[in-house]
Order: sequence, then structure tokens, then C-alpha cells
Amino acid sequence: MSEKGAHHPLTTSPNTPIIRKLPREKAFYFFTSIGNYTGENAASLEEFIEKIKEINAKSLEFHLYRGDFEKWIAGTLEDKELAEEIRNLQSLNLTGEILRGQLYLIISKRYEKLKT
Amino acid sequence: MRVKGQTTTLDDLDWKILQALQENARGTYTEIGRQLGITHSTVYERVKRMEKHGIIRKYAVVIDPEKADLRRVTAFMTVITDPKESEKVAAKLSEFEEVLEVFASLSEELSIIAKVVAENQDKLHSFIAQSVAPLRGVLRIRTQIVTKKHKEQGFLIKRS
Repeated sequence: MSEKGAHHPLTTSPNTPIIRKLPREKAFYFFTSIGNYTGENAASLEEFIEKIKEINAKSLEFHLYRGDFEKWIAGTLEDKELAEEIRNLQSLNLTGEILRGQLYLIISKRYEKLKT
Repeated sequence: MRVKGQTTTLDDLDWKILQALQENARGTYTEIGRQLGITHSTVYERVKRMEKHGIIRKYAVVIDPEKADLRRVTAFMTVITDPKESEKVAAKLSEFEEVLEVFASLSEELSIIAKVVAENQDKLHSFIAQSVAPLRGVLRIRTQIVTKKHKEQGFLIKRS
């Protein structure tokens, strides 16, 4: 396990923010541009993965390159390791369906690890 | 000015006094009286009555934000709401200091239009994402950022 992993162990309780359902004010709200809310939100990592599969790709691009995903994952879900993986995606300049695929892969992989 | 129940009817002179006050709310009763050819006491009496009956709600200062170095981003936000929650969303929006005006609108869907100001685009987005989107009953939000203002005027008195 890496140094970072030691700070964020994969063993989680149902109360760990990364696993549990959050109150609506702490959910992630998907926008396509400044002030334009799609009406979609995710109040848990599980919901977040579902939304990644279906949300407008413009929304994924908007949030990834503003650093919103990493901020929510690190700050609200308290998973700095996953946040860093998401941040690293920025340098690849991915867009559209390729970005969707990569995001889905990284987050669902992490979620499966946390569940076990 | 005639008051009948809840209705107040203004006469020509009242309207002229209001017009003079709209152009310069700091004008003295004597100045307004001179301008309209009436005594200052007539102006005083009518202004006081209009204040008492809520026709004159307040005297406000109009600030030029650019000259005051208060550059702000202004945006018009259209909030599509669940009809059952619309009134509550409008009331909640009205409480935020970032929101200057709130209107209800009936188009294809029930929506609330609000004029919003923020220090910059980032703060505008944070406000909408953290304070408006999570409100119960908000279905979608469309925001248009103002890039240039061509005209701004308060209520204009026009007598036919």
C-alpha cells in the first residue's frame, strides 16, 4: 500500500462519506457551463458513477477541467487518493466519450475496492 | 390625491411632484414648488401624504458601480421549478443578498427569473451551485451573464 493509501485505507464503514448517502446540500450538482444546471445530481459515490454513465459529456468536461470533481471527492467524500487520480486525468486533455470512459473506469474501480 | 378603500388616485399635481422627485429626490420642497408654480407647503403636504400611503416607498441612492470601483458580474438566472415548490423557491431566493430581483414567469414550464450579482464568474457559479441548485423543487437552471448594459431606468411615470 502506498504512503497515500495508508492515510486513506480501503477498509470503510457504512458511515464513511465515500460510501454513505450524503444530505442534498453536499451532493454533486452537474452543470454544463457557468450557472447552467442540468437537473442531475449525485448524493453518493454510487449515484455519481451512474450519472457519469449518462450525463452530457459537456458537463464532464466542464467539471473536470475546473477541478470540481477532485474538490468534491477530496473535500466531501474524503477520498484524496481518488481525487488525485481524477486530477491526473486533466493532463491527458480528454474530451467526450473517451473522457466518460476513463472517468467511469477510475471511479468504478475505486468503488469496487471500497465495497469489498 | 383621493383615497378610497385600498385604492389611491393621484391627481395631475401629485404625478408632477413624483416626476420631479424621480429626477432629483434631493430637490427641496421650495425648488419643486418653484418648478411647478406652487407653494412649498403644498409640495410638503402632498409628499407627506404620498409617503404615508406608501406611494413613495423610499428615497434611494443610485450608485455607478464602475466609478465606485465595484465591478461585478451580473446575470439573469432562470430557475425551472416543480410547480408545488415554486413559491418556496422564490421566497428562498429572495433571502440571498446576491439576488437583487426575483420574478415569477409562466412560459412552457413554471420558472423563476432572478437577477444575480457576484464578484466574478467563479463566485457566481459557486453561489448557484452551492445555494440555488440544492434548493428543494429546483429542476434546472439556465444562466445568462450580462456583458453590456444598454439602458437602466427605474419606474417611469407617464401620464396619458
